[in-house]
Amino acid sequence: MDLTPTPEMLAFRDEVREFLKAHAADFSAGQAKDVFAWQRLLIEHGYAARTIPKAYGGYGAEPDILKSRIIAEEFIAAGAPRGMAGQGISMLAPTLLEVGSEEQKTRWIGPTLRGEIIWCQGYSEPGAGSDLASLQTKAVEDGSDFLISGSKIWTSTAAQAQMMFCLVRTEPDAAKHEGISYVLIPMSTPGIEVRPLKTMTGSAEFNEVFFTDVRVAQDQVVGGRGRGWFVANTTLKHERGMLGDPNATEARLGALIELMKGEVVDGQRIIDNPVFRDRLMQLQGRAMAMKFNGLRLITAQLTQEPVGVAGLVVKLQGCELNHQIAALAIDALGELGILYHDGPHLRARGTWQRSYMFDLGLIIGGGTAQIQKNIISERGLGMPREPKPAVL
Amino acid sequence: MEFALTSDQKMLQDSLARTLGDASPLDRVRRFADDVADPAKDVWEALADFGLPGIVIPEEHGGLGLTLLDAALASEALGRAVAPVPFMGVVLAPLALLGGGTAAQQAEWLPKLAAGEVTAAVAISEAVAGAREDAGVTAKAGKLSGKALFVPGGISAGLIIVADTKGGLHLVRGDAAGLSRVLMLNIDETRRLAELTFDGVAAEPLAGGPELLVRLRDAGWVLIAADSLGACDVMLEQAVAYAKERRQFGRVIGSYQAVKHMCAEMAAEIEPARSLVWYAAYAFDAAHEEASLTAAHAKALTSEVGRFVARTSTEVHGGMGITDLLGLHFWFKRLGLNRQLLGGPERVREIAARIQGLAA
Ligand SMILES: Cc1cc2nc3c(=O)[nH]c(=O)nc-3n(C[C@H](O)[C@H](O)[C@H](O)COP(=O)(O)OP(=O)(O)OC[C@H]3O[C@@H](n4cnc5c(N)ncnc54)[C@H](O)[C@@H]3O)c2cc1C
Repeated sequence: MDLTPTPEMLAFRDEVREFLKAHAADFSAGQAKDVFAWQRLLIEHGYAARTIPKAYGGYGAEPDILKSRIIAEEFIAAGAPRGMAGQGISMLAPTLLEVGSEEQKTRWIGPTLRGEIIWCQGYSEPGAGSDLASLQTKAVEDGSDFLISGSKIWTSTAAQAQMMFCLVRTEPDAAKHEGISYVLIPMSTPGIEVRPLKTMTGSAEFNEVFFTDVRVAQDQVVGGRGRGWFVANTTLKHERGMLGDPNATEARLGALIELMKGEVVDGQRIIDNPVFRDRLMQLQGRAMAMKFNGLRLITAQLTQEPVGVAGLVVKLQGCELNHQIAALAIDALGELGILYHDGPHLRARGTWQRSYMFDLGLIIGGGTAQIQKNIISERGLGMPREPKPAVL
Repeated sequence: MEFALTSDQKMLQDSLARTLGDASPLDRVRRFADDVADPAKDVWEALADFGLPGIVIPEEHGGLGLTLLDAALASEALGRAVAPVPFMGVVLAPLALLGGGTAAQQAEWLPKLAAGEVTAAVAISEAVAGAREDAGVTAKAGKLSGKALFVPGGISAGLIIVADTKGGLHLVRGDAAGLSRVLMLNIDETRRLAELTFDGVAAEPLAGGPELLVRLRDAGWVLIAADSLGACDVMLEQAVAYAKERRQFGRVIGSYQAVKHMCAEMAAEIEPARSLVWYAAYAFDAAHEEASLTAAHAKALTSEVGRFVARTSTEVHGGMGITDLLGLHFWFKRLGLNRQLLGGPERVREIAARIQGLAA
């Protein structure tokens, strides 16, 4: 165990700090003034799309997990926006890199990274949530095209997106997991209808998407016909890591501590109330454990050693912790915590109530907490697998 | 830069586990628990052959010269084995001598401690967990008076490091006049605690004062946290093994999701806690500014995780879980003691808040 930074790492940290200082005028309160310009700047310096080859519009650095961590830490410390995230950048681009054709990579990755194309993820259906492989949206061959019919649900950002990466059933007679293909569909294609679904936060964070004979060229399939289940699984692991990101949790915990130091009830700061203080300390202990667990996972990735259970618990524990941080912030605010609309008493633009609700969504989305526990017990502890229906 | 155990550390863990498997299997632990007069000399000797008593003592004094992280790994192995040996003094007394002892004191005691000829105990409960009843030791003109409670290994130690009510540390010889000891039987029959009474006992002061006491406290927290991890690991492993074997309604109970999820929840609590304990031990060794805060959180978090795992694992075993026959209760009780010793989680978290200026 040795966490003394090497001179190279120290120099790199200085470089990131210099960059953030030089560009401090380009952002405030975690928001870029011009998100597209900021994104291009980040890619140019290797603070976004860092390891994606130059030929596909990235920065082209060797993967270096420690440097990535330094970038994350310094951006948090400076309150600087990390650039665009979204499902195109975090899920589609890595998938294309791993299994896309040369043509698909050159065509889609660059504009996606620069934020010129917004993607949505068309996986879940009304009848296929946790049991994703039972999806029924079908793609029927028609010459060199597919005709797609069916519907998707819970599709985040579908109303804004230009493109969807979508799972459809192309081989109706194949076994459940083997009849699925992963296709790229322009959202402007005739036959697609998007209906926004308002969530409990009051905004429409996701949508229903209906397909009626939507024509898509067969060369828009990624990773081969009937291989969609395996292609999708390469990205699910990226999604789960992102959802439990301990750096994001740490930043939020910092905001909660500031809140508790600043808010006063009956002349007493919330932090001076021992009950609230103890709840804060409980969450801090958990957040620290997740942070150092992250360090352990990074090391294991570098040395290519198996991490076992320590890796499987990140989504479950990280999302739960975020939700509890938001819950404590609301409780600390007390009656002020119930304000949500613009007004003179509102705190932090209503962020804590929004997180409290949205984070519950993240406990459910990307594989529910119960599904995570199935995975931990089956893959991590070697317990018997869920009984699977014989045919579907 | 890396955050992982070295191959030497993994070897240390494995070989200590083997030594304990031979010297202190569960039926040996049972005999110790059943007989308060049993000093478990055989177990201690096996560990002395291994070199454990000298784990943090520098090589020039006959020890292994290892770090607190190594000691924490050893502590984890002892927790796994519910070993009937006091370990706190093995690590904390040398740290006290190295941090505040004179060259002469070091030369006199460290080689004997390293060889396992003399055992040491550390009486710092009042200073760390708070004074109960009328406990507390005062120092006046080189003499100690008062009481120290909950001293692990204190009943037979040949060397005792004592904290006074002002945070000063003192060295007391086991045979000093005016020192009396009473066994404090407690829920965990694998570890014996003592009540020490000092009636004008001659003592040698150690330098270092409250700062050294903080170091001892932090090290103590890390060791207890590591012991709890070891105990939690066993309780989870036993639950999983039992769940894969026991059948009800024509299926193994491990195929029921209610049971699987109990096991998954235990694993999800234990693994991040392990990362925190490693980091806290590393931070102590590197004398990092985060050492006290991470040690406090390691102690508090493993107390909570320990309580959850102790209860949940027992539940997975059904009625068998609460029998004496199965012996799972030895780990249950070990975790029960670890939670309170050197401060329960509420108190330790309050100290954590104070360390970062969030509490007065
Ligand atoms: C905020 C948010 C954003 C989302 N964004 C997208 C998106 O962009 N694209 C997309 O395709 N999908 C998206 N989803 C969908 C998400 O992936 C699904 O909601 C999720 O997989 C669960 O499916 P479901 O909602 O059908 O619930 P169900 O699968 O019906 O689950 C209902 C309950 O049953 C439990 N359950 C189900 N199966 C089991 C089992 N085998 N064992 C134990 N318990 C079980 C679940 O844990 C849950 O508690 C999003 C969801 C949310 C909340």
